[in-house]
Amino acid sequence: MAARKTQKKPNVSAEELKRYYRDMLLIRRFEEKAGQLYGMGLIGGFCHLYIGQEAVVVGLEAAAEEGDKRITTYRDHGHMLACGMKPEGVMAELTGREGGYSHGKGGSMHMFSKEKDFYGGHGIVGANVPLGAGLAFADKYRGTDRVTFTYFGDGAANQGQVYETFNMAALWDLPVVFVIENNQYAMGTSQERSTSSPEIHTRGGAFGIPGEAVDGMDVLAVKAAGDKAVAHCRSGKGPYILEVKTYRYRGHSMSDPAKYRTREEVQKMRDEKDAIEHVRELLLSGKHATEDDLKAIDKEIKGIVNDAAEFAKDSSEPDEAELWTDIYAAEVPQDA
Amino acid sequence: MPTEILMPALSPTMEEGTLAKWLVKEGDTVSAGDLLAEIETDKATMEFEAADEGTIGKILIEAGTEGVKVNTPIAVLLEEGEDASDIDSAKPAPKADGDGDGDGDGDGDDDDDDDDDDDDTVESEQDGEAQKAPARAAAPEPAPEQEPDWPEDTPMKSTTVREALNAAIAEEMERDDDVFLMGEEVAEYEGAYKITQGLLDRFGARRVIDTPITEHGFAGIGVGAAFGGLKPIVEFMTFNFAMQAIDQIINSAAKTLYMSGGQMGAPMVFRGPNGAAARVGAQHSQCYAAWYAHIPGLKVAVPYSASDAKGLLKSAVRDPNPVIFLENEILYGKSFDVPDIDDFTLPFGKARIERAGDDVTIVSFGIGMTYAMEAAEKLAEDGISAEVINLRTLRPMDTDTVLASVRKTNRCVTVEEGWPVASIGNHISAVIMEQAFDHLDAPVINCTGKDVPMPYAANLEKLALTSVDEVLDAVRQVTYR
Repeated sequence: MAARKTQKKPNVSAEELKRYYRDMLLIRRFEEKAGQLYGMGLIGGFCHLYIGQEAVVVGLEAAAEEGDKRITTYRDHGHMLACGMKPEGVMAELTGREGGYSHGKGGSMHMFSKEKDFYGGHGIVGANVPLGAGLAFADKYRGTDRVTFTYFGDGAANQGQVYETFNMAALWDLPVVFVIENNQYAMGTSQERSTSSPEIHTRGGAFGIPGEAVDGMDVLAVKAAGDKAVAHCRSGKGPYILEVKTYRYRGHSMSDPAKYRTREEVQKMRDEKDAIEHVRELLLSGKHATEDDLKAIDKEIKGIVNDAAEFAKDSSEPDEAELWTDIYAAEVPQDA
Repeated sequence: MPTEILMPALSPTMEEGTLAKWLVKEGDTVSAGDLLAEIETDKATMEFEAADEGTIGKILIEAGTEGVKVNTPIAVLLEEGEDASDIDSAKPAPKADGDGDGDGDGDGDDDDDDDDDDDDTVESEQDGEAQKAPARAAAPEPAPEQEPDWPEDTPMKSTTVREALNAAIAEEMERDDDVFLMGEEVAEYEGAYKITQGLLDRFGARRVIDTPITEHGFAGIGVGAAFGGLKPIVEFMTFNFAMQAIDQIINSAAKTLYMSGGQMGAPMVFRGPNGAAARVGAQHSQCYAAWYAHIPGLKVAVPYSASDAKGLLKSAVRDPNPVIFLENEILYGKSFDVPDIDDFTLPFGKARIERAGDDVTIVSFGIGMTYAMEAAEKLAEDGISAEVINLRTLRPMDTDTVLASVRKTNRCVTVEEGWPVASIGNHISAVIMEQAFDHLDAPVINCTGKDVPMPYAANLEKLALTSVDEVLDAVRQVTYR
């Protein structure tokens, strides 16, 4: 874990700082609620919570512009909320209801929003990495200067297709930011037990891709690194790697016995490194917000999350006819 | 005694080639290993070396001669002490005119003439079949009960499957800038099997892209580009290598439309040769038809003729879904008549009755059709009239045409080169059992490849594939003859 550099003056406006606080808090409260609904049997299957890692997506979304794309693996709720997808649509997908983003047919791990340029939500570890490079390929092919954020974990970083992709992305100067969310555990296997060299951000070196490690518990550091990476890609210089060192407080999924790390280790991170607490301190100490301001935000978020949960409970199960829809896209006329 | 130098086979599937250039002339002395000539195959130009030492006594096939069959004598090598007068004692060549008159008129240019018989069964379309029907006409051939794919008076043009595929890609790239081609050796090398010849020159490096040897990676990049709105044509050098990429094909390309509730999918084509070529062994000879036909979200086309290849590939590129396009290396060089009309496409899910008949229905696809057509021809001589159905696409599959035929003939044999367990034939048998049980006068028989990895030895390889004889036996069983 990189040491936190801040307490230095943030280089963003008070409004932006408040927005980061709000967006991170939304993710955390949303995920806590998802955990509750899972416990109540309303959410089934696999459910991977993002609690602890909020600064990663919020910082990087702050570096994104309209039309930039994002794609990630199955720990995806935070990414969806951070790019502006509706909490009720995400929660209703978790409960497998008609009102979900995929009409209940995708679930926690497979959700998409064309409108928000969110390309999933993919359940196969590492598979989204070439897909992300492909999205970037499409932008380059069309001559736009849009950038694709391709998120994956320290576990996925050991998949072969990641390096196949690094090679082609570098070869073809694809505008893709590879964001390695290193939360130190590939499911239950710690990085030291799974990864020969811990410096994952250097792995692009063999392909000529620049990379750097970032403190992922500091949203401002993430934003700054994101700006730099995006500028690199947007200017046509090809891909960039950010290894964002972060930590998940909860289990790999809801069914994680958590025997691979101590409770003390988790508590220490929460106490000393929490990304939301960090911004809260910055806001208060910099007099950008009062306790009351923050309470108002907390209250607003609580309302949004409760509404999302209610929507997700009330939305009906998909119509049985939905079983047979969306298998094939409509035919185009042969003479079109 | 003078030795004949024979036209060499320079690839597993080469049957003929162009003698592009002689690097020696009559009277030259050569040693083993000296370059004799440049031979152009459908895939590449290769140098041909002398295997023995001696003097070039006579050049039998002129430089520039096209379509020289493998094993045709192309020159005569004299041993020490022999001269041109000994040439007549050289072992006479089976079919070459051997007159050495230098008009290049030997065996070389028989492309336009009748080929020998085993080729004909492969290359003829239904028009040719009618002409070759046996004179005694023991088996009546009722007109096919289907709408024609093209008007009767359409001019036809003899085209190889290779040329048809190349034209289909070029026409679709011309039509839509979102269509691009990527794969190993597709651009500068012009295709490992020369399907993409000339496309780099025509469309440039932006749209014709050589990839590293990295199937999993570039298949995924192709799918991502399709998510992003492009229409990739991803070439696998062979579908054997696509096993490296099958996760991206199935989990990413086939399922995303469903998982996204219809928001995004992968409008793209994965294409390349599938199944056994010749003598390339277990890891390069697998038929994936049944594998991909199993997957909802994919479409699967398996062209047999050049018109199938052209019409189906153009439709595949336009289809808004991921299409698996299974070609066959052995068919690439075969010629068929293709309708000479602008923008010729064929719909998916519509089988073609390649040959109409009354006594038995033979259902096949891709290279399996070569066995089916040859068997039907032989059966006609015995007075058995076989209806041969070319499925053309396996997903969607035109089971209506199969069922209608079986209700007429009451018997069915399926033919494929793939393995027997969970095969396409198994599926067709089940459909017939469920929907035409009362019409069956005999159990359906599946002719398939054998349940073994493909062996290398020539005799074993032949045994491992299905055969015309197996199809004939199966038909005799179901017709009790």
